[in-house]
Amino acid sequence: MTALAPRKRSTRLGGPSVGRPGFVWAAPATLFFGLFALFPLVLVVVLSFTAWSGLGDPRFIGLDNWVAIFDDPILFKSLGLTVLFVVLALVTQVPLSILLGVWAAGFQKNRAVLSAIYFIPLLLSSAAISVLWRALLDPNFGIPGQVPFLFGDGNLFGKQSTAIGVLTFVAMWQFTPFYTLIFQGAARAVPPVLYQAAEIDGAGTVRQFFNVTLPQMRNSIITSVILMVVGGLTAFDTVLILTNGGPGTDTAVTPFYMYQKAFRAFDFGQASAIAVVLVLAATAISLVLVRVSGYGKMQSAQEGI
Amino acid sequence: MRKRPNYLAGLGSSIWLLVVAIPIYVLITASFQTQQGYASGGPLSLPSTFTLDNYTNAFESGFGRYFLNTFVVTFSVVGLVLVLVPPLSYAIVRGNSRATRGVFQLFLLGLAVPSTAVIVPIFYMISNVGLYDNLLGVILPTAAFALPVSTLILSGSMRDITPELYEAMAVDGATPLRTFFRLVIPLSKGGISTIVVFSALQAWNGFLFPLILTQSEQTRMITLGLFNFQTQYGVNVPALLAAVMLSMIPVLLVYLFARRALVQGLMGMGGK
Repeated sequence: MTALAPRKRSTRLGGPSVGRPGFVWAAPATLFFGLFALFPLVLVVVLSFTAWSGLGDPRFIGLDNWVAIFDDPILFKSLGLTVLFVVLALVTQVPLSILLGVWAAGFQKNRAVLSAIYFIPLLLSSAAISVLWRALLDPNFGIPGQVPFLFGDGNLFGKQSTAIGVLTFVAMWQFTPFYTLIFQGAARAVPPVLYQAAEIDGAGTVRQFFNVTLPQMRNSIITSVILMVVGGLTAFDTVLILTNGGPGTDTAVTPFYMYQKAFRAFDFGQASAIAVVLVLAATAISLVLVRVSGYGKMQSAQEGI
Repeated sequence: MRKRPNYLAGLGSSIWLLVVAIPIYVLITASFQTQQGYASGGPLSLPSTFTLDNYTNAFESGFGRYFLNTFVVTFSVVGLVLVLVPPLSYAIVRGNSRATRGVFQLFLLGLAVPSTAVIVPIFYMISNVGLYDNLLGVILPTAAFALPVSTLILSGSMRDITPELYEAMAVDGATPLRTFFRLVIPLSKGGISTIVVFSALQAWNGFLFPLILTQSEQTRMITLGLFNFQTQYGVNVPALLAAVMLSMIPVLLVYLFARRALVQGLMGMGGK
C-alpha cells in the first residue's frame, strides 16, 4: 500500500529520513484494531436495519427497528434514567474528586499514605465492586440491618429512589479514586509561582483554590466530565449485578436495556439501533463539551503529547 | 504547597477514608468468618469466628478453573499488546509518511469507541467465525480495545527519546529494525511496563466481553464467576466475599510490587 510510496524528505521531526519506519510497522496493529473496534462500529449501523435473533443470518427489514424504538415507552424511560444517572454522577463525583485531588496533591506524608488507601477501589473489577456492595447492603445480613437509624427498613433495592441512591453511591465509590488521581496530577502541575503571586496579593487558601487552582485545572475538569458522561451513557455492569434494572424497570438505564434486548430477548436488530443512539449521543455530547469549553484549541496546542 | 494545617480538609478526607475503608474491612473480616458468625455479629462487628472454609469452598466451586481461564486471557492480551503496540508507536513517533500520521489520528478516534456500543456486532462476528464460548473469542476484542490507550502511553514515552540518538543510529547506517531493537525498546522500558500493567488490568477485570461471548463453565472467567456465584450463594455473604478477595489478590500483588507502573497505567485509562 502506501508503504511503497516514495518517502518525502520531510524534516518535520528533524534529521534525514534514512532509517525511518514505514507504514508496514503500523499495519498489523491498525488492521487488528480496525477489525475488532472500527469495523464493528460500521456493522452495528448495518445490523440496526436487520432482524436477527442470534441464529441464522440477519434479514434486512429497512427502518422497522428504528420505528419500533421511537415508539418504545421503556426506551424513553431508560433514556430519562440514564440522563438522571449521568447528572447525579457529575454532581457527586466532580466536586468530591476535585477536593480530594487537590488535597492529595500536597506532599505531606499522611496525605501520601491516605492516597494509597483511597486508591484501592480502582483495583477492583466492576463485578467485584458490585458483588461486594450487594453483600454489604443486603437487607438481612448487611450494614442497613445493623444501623437502622440510617437506613429505615433496610431494603434499599426495593424502592426506585433508594435503588438510584445505591447505584449513584457505588459509582462514586468506584470512580472517585480515578478522577482524584487525575486532579492530583493536575493540581501538582499548577506553577507554584501563581500561588506565590496570589499570596503576595493577600489571597487566602479558599481564594487561592477558586482563583488559581480551579482555573488552572480547567482542562482536566473538562476531560473528566467527558469521561463521566461517556462512561455513564454506556456502562451497565453495576446495574446488571446490583439491581438487574429493578425494581421493575426502575433502574434500567439505556445500555442495560440494550443488553437485555440483545442477550435476553434476542432482538439483536433493535439492540443495534439503541446502540447507535447511544454512540451518537455520547459523540454529540463530547463534541458540544469540547466546543463550548474551547478545549479543542488547547488540545491542538498539545497535540501529539 | 500550603504551610498551616487545613483542619476542614483533614476532616473531609477522614470521612472519605471511612467510606473507602469500611467496605474493605468488611470484605476482609467477613471472608474469614463462618456464615453463622457473620450473620449473628453483622458486618461491622469485630469478627468472632475464624475459618478458611470460604476460600476452600470457592476453589471447590470451580474458582481454580476461573483463575486459570483469566490468567490465559490476561497473558494472551498482554502478549498481543506487546507484539502490536511497540512497532505501531515507533511508526507513529518516527515514521514520516502520511499514512503513519493518519494512523495516529485513527487511534485517537478509536479512544472514543465505547465497548458497550459494539457488543452486538462483536457477538455477531465472533459467533460467525465459530469462536463463541472460546477464550480466543474473548482475547481478540479485549486486546483490540486495549490498543488505543496503550498506543497513546507508549508513543508518549517514545517521544522522549531525543532526535540526536536516532540521528546517531542513522549515521551508523542502522535499519529501522536495528534502531527499534537497539535504541527504541531499551529506552522505552518504563512505557512498556506501563502498558503491560494497563492491559493486564483491563483483561483481568474485564466483564463485558466474557459476559456476552462465553457461556460454559469451561470458559468462565473470574469476574463472571463472581456474578454467577452471587446468584447461587446470594445469602452466604462470607463465601461470596472470599471469592471477591481471591479475584483481587493478583491485582493487589501487582499494586505492591509495581505501584508506579500501575498508577500510570490507571491514569492511562483517562483516555478511555
